[in-house]
Amino acid sequence: MASSEEVFEKVQEALVDALGVDDDEVTREATMVGDLGAESIDFLDIVFKLEKAFDINIPREELFPDDILTNADLVQDGKVTADGISQLKERLPWANLSKFEGNPRVQDFGNLLTVNDLCSYVQSKIG
Amino acid sequence: MRWYWLDRFEKFVAGEEAISLKNVTLAEEPLDDYLPGYAHYPHSLIIEGMAQTGGILLSQTNDFRDKIVLAKVSKAEFDCIARPGDTIRLRAVLVNRQADGAIVEGSIEVNDEPQGRMELTFAILDESYGSEPFFIPSDFCRVLRGLCLFDVGVNPDGSPLQIPEEMLAAEIDALTTPCE
Repeated sequence: MASSEEVFEKVQEALVDALGVDDDEVTREATMVGDLGAESIDFLDIVFKLEKAFDINIPREELFPDDILTNADLVQDGKVTADGISQLKERLPWANLSKFEGNPRVQDFGNLLTVNDLCSYVQSKIG
Repeated sequence: MRWYWLDRFEKFVAGEEAISLKNVTLAEEPLDDYLPGYAHYPHSLIIEGMAQTGGILLSQTNDFRDKIVLAKVSKAEFDCIARPGDTIRLRAVLVNRQADGAIVEGSIEVNDEPQGRMELTFAILDESYGSEPFFIPSDFCRVLRGLCLFDVGVNPDGSPLQIPEEMLAAEIDALTTPCE
């Protein structure tokens, strides 16, 4: 079983490789989009590198709950409903959604994911 | 000038890998203008050749219907140059395909010697980019024939790769419609 630090180091390596950022930019608190400049196509690369690095399979919907965020029953006036939030929590138990819950604008969701969230997700997959 | 940076396919296994050849000649315009007096084939065009090889490999997985663009050159490393008279062999392996994109790993040889490696990310564009294909099917079919794709192409089970019916129909239509 990999330690938290080992997971972080491998995630860091994948992000440095995929995004062309420096090691010291990839902190646990850094957001993938806002701080590291990840664009949508980069996530394809990141997921692929994580799958290789940890020998795991990452179903897309586990990291990107687009089906929830585009469901008219779970989004009203551009914000995720309480029901939608509970579904997000169920789908992404490794993500810290506390800040998002305060003002759950769909457009902000993309910038929610941090390096630490990614590490927690990977840790949940490898046990 | 035609924007083809490969000459023909040498191997093509649907959805898996493609190997193409590019013969470098001093007659090509880029060699005149790129570092005059030191004729060699620009690495940027080798990347484009790999993008074309990998892009066609990816495009074939849905009978050439998808709109595919090179989204990112994740890695491109070169150990040496290719000069006029050299043969570049581009090997593209489709390592990951999703609904909205794919990753191709490439390796390059010059005159059978390793020359470099790369990793390319492709985006598969959705309907918001329009319903018209990037290429006219009959023209694209002609290009693929010229690249010998259907001469060497096989499916993973070894059976010959067939030209998609709608592409053939477009080609027949183009050939049988009188010019205005």
